[in-house]
Amino acid sequence: MVESSHNTVLHVADVHKTFGGLHALADVDLAFEEGTTHAIIGPNGAGKSTLLNVIVGKLPPTRGTVVLDGEVLTGKSPYEINQMGIARVFQTPEIFPELSVFDNVMAPAFAKRDGAFSMNLFKSIESEKDIAREAEEIIVDFGLDAMIHTHAGALSRGHKRRLELAMCLIQKPRILLLDEPTAGMSRHDTNTTIELLKKIKSSGMTKVIIEHDMHVVFSLADEVSVLAQGRIIAEGTPDEVRGDPKVQEAYLGGTYE
Amino acid sequence: MFSIPKKDAITFLLFALVVLTMPIWLSPFGASYPGLLQKFAIYALLAVGYNILFGLTGYLSFGHAAFLGVGSYAAVWSFKLLSMNPILALACAMIFSGIFALAIGYVSLRRSGIYFSILTLAFAQMSYKLAYSVLSPITHGENGLQLTLQDPRTIDLMFMERGVSLPTSSLFGIPMNGYEGFYFCAVILLIGFFIAQKIASSPFGMMLKGIKSNEDRMNYTGFNTKPYMLTAFVISGMYAGIAGGLLAVTDPLAGAERMQWTASGELVLMTILGGVGTLVGPVIGAWIIKYFENIFSAWNESILHNFFAFLPDNIEGFVVLISSKFVGEGWHLTLGSMFVLVVVFLPGGIMEGVRRISSWFLRRKDPTKDQEVVDPENMPKPSSEKGE
Ligand SMILES: Nc1ncnc2c1ncn2[C@@H]1O[C@H](COP(=O)(O)OP(=O)(O)OP(=O)(O)O)[C@@H](O)[C@H]1O
Ligand SMILES: [Mg+2]
Repeated sequence: MVESSHNTVLHVADVHKTFGGLHALADVDLAFEEGTTHAIIGPNGAGKSTLLNVIVGKLPPTRGTVVLDGEVLTGKSPYEINQMGIARVFQTPEIFPELSVFDNVMAPAFAKRDGAFSMNLFKSIESEKDIAREAEEIIVDFGLDAMIHTHAGALSRGHKRRLELAMCLIQKPRILLLDEPTAGMSRHDTNTTIELLKKIKSSGMTKVIIEHDMHVVFSLADEVSVLAQGRIIAEGTPDEVRGDPKVQEAYLGGTYE
Repeated sequence: MFSIPKKDAITFLLFALVVLTMPIWLSPFGASYPGLLQKFAIYALLAVGYNILFGLTGYLSFGHAAFLGVGSYAAVWSFKLLSMNPILALACAMIFSGIFALAIGYVSLRRSGIYFSILTLAFAQMSYKLAYSVLSPITHGENGLQLTLQDPRTIDLMFMERGVSLPTSSLFGIPMNGYEGFYFCAVILLIGFFIAQKIASSPFGMMLKGIKSNEDRMNYTGFNTKPYMLTAFVISGMYAGIAGGLLAVTDPLAGAERMQWTASGELVLMTILGGVGTLVGPVIGAWIIKYFENIFSAWNESILHNFFAFLPDNIEGFVVLISSKFVGEGWHLTLGSMFVLVVVFLPGGIMEGVRRISSWFLRRKDPTKDQEVVDPENMPKPSSEKGE
């Protein structure tokens, strides 16, 4: 059950998204509570990534709105939505391959501090000691310090994912959206990532996590919503969802246990 | 504001040394006469500015010659209406090319990739054609814009009598043709190079590189990329305008052929040949192309005969016959082959070649230094994990 002591920070209100005749999202209504970790699970092609695309402004919904703290996000550009405190980790890592790991982490920190556009043409990056220190700290926390000056494009897939997470977290977003943060990772790397995510759980950030790996879902989530063919078919705590026969049929039956 | 990282400071000092001693080290190459030296400095400035757009953001403009032309016209008009002072002329060139770049950039940057390039090309060709037709009251069409004895030159004529011959541009009495003109261009080039260095090492420059690397990521990271792009476009347009202004300062006339698309294409070639995204590369590219255009194109068979005189007569005749196809009017053949070779074997341009050679030397000196950092996750998985 949703605890009433929490208040909704992000509300996806009756969102509908069609591609041609395909209903990728149908009447999706989701409330994300402040400070919780909310998992969204569902089979391939269920519409999970599409949901995140609608939230971050990559795709306009066919119908419905997304509301952050009473402010409508629908119609805003991705950069405005990020500036309002939403950061996203993509299903395939979106990083700056030609820039160093260090610069990859510095850039989002600049966006956070200086806003969407700032004309600091003549200030040297080397003089930005505060941001550099912050970036170094987070790079160490994420175990990427050995490759701090490597081009991000040369990193392994697992390290790229971790880097992208670091890029999001340096912004201290209110809401962090994670699209399968452990897909394709070894069990060891998955566990490291779970530990990292658990660590930031205590910081009060709201997290939305899309995940196939039930081990990850059950170790992190407070709330689970199940999406199948664009519809929410079940919602509740991990245990409730696990016991739901509809969910077993649509999804868990094959994957879990 | 004037502090730069140590590495950049060294680059700048070396660059300044190379530029200021050009009259000396270029003389064995037969390229140390003032007219050509001025062109070396001016086109280097153009390439440095172009690189702020193409090198840092990856947006390929095919219309920068238009800004060069606007700069030239603005400078000549400043001579005609106001004064022969080159600083004033360059200020006019900068302002007008900046306004022009703002308008063209605003529209062209609504698209990216090939569509952006085509839009800039279309605007530049339009300016070129208009300069011959509708705009000929301003550009004087095919005759080109020139000084006349009747020019008002209001500021100058407040202080001096109108002379009997056409005036030349001069800075506090120093004439802007000859070696003085070269040094004037060289100083402007060094200022431009310094500013480009500052931009490249600023947070702003980092954002431009971010746009080149992954523009979508920039948006999801909270950056509004449009104003970044537009600023870079206007800055590099102003560089081109100032370069055009310098062309007019050293030789006070302006013609529309400066705006033709081939001139823009040449600029792209310079940048790619030297090394996109590096500071020095485009300058080297500019110098090579200008050298070929002016010196190599003037080589003829008698020069080749002298050059190969050490060979036995019949071989000499054969070698001269073959190599004569590559010089003189055939200089495009040499330049073209060189361009193809560079693009195929050194995609990073001449600067990549320089880097490769220097790292090769370093490795020979210190074999431990160049060892690659091995990322454990990229290694093949050890078999121990199979047991799970
Ligand atoms: N931009 C698009 N244009 C057309 N169809 C799309 C687009 N994006 C997604 N789709 C379709 O919408 C459906 C939902 O896709 P989505 O990527 O949201 O699924 P998903 O739940 O994230 O799946 P997965 O687990 O494979 O990542 C799929 O059928 C997909 O083909
Ligand atoms: Mg997906």
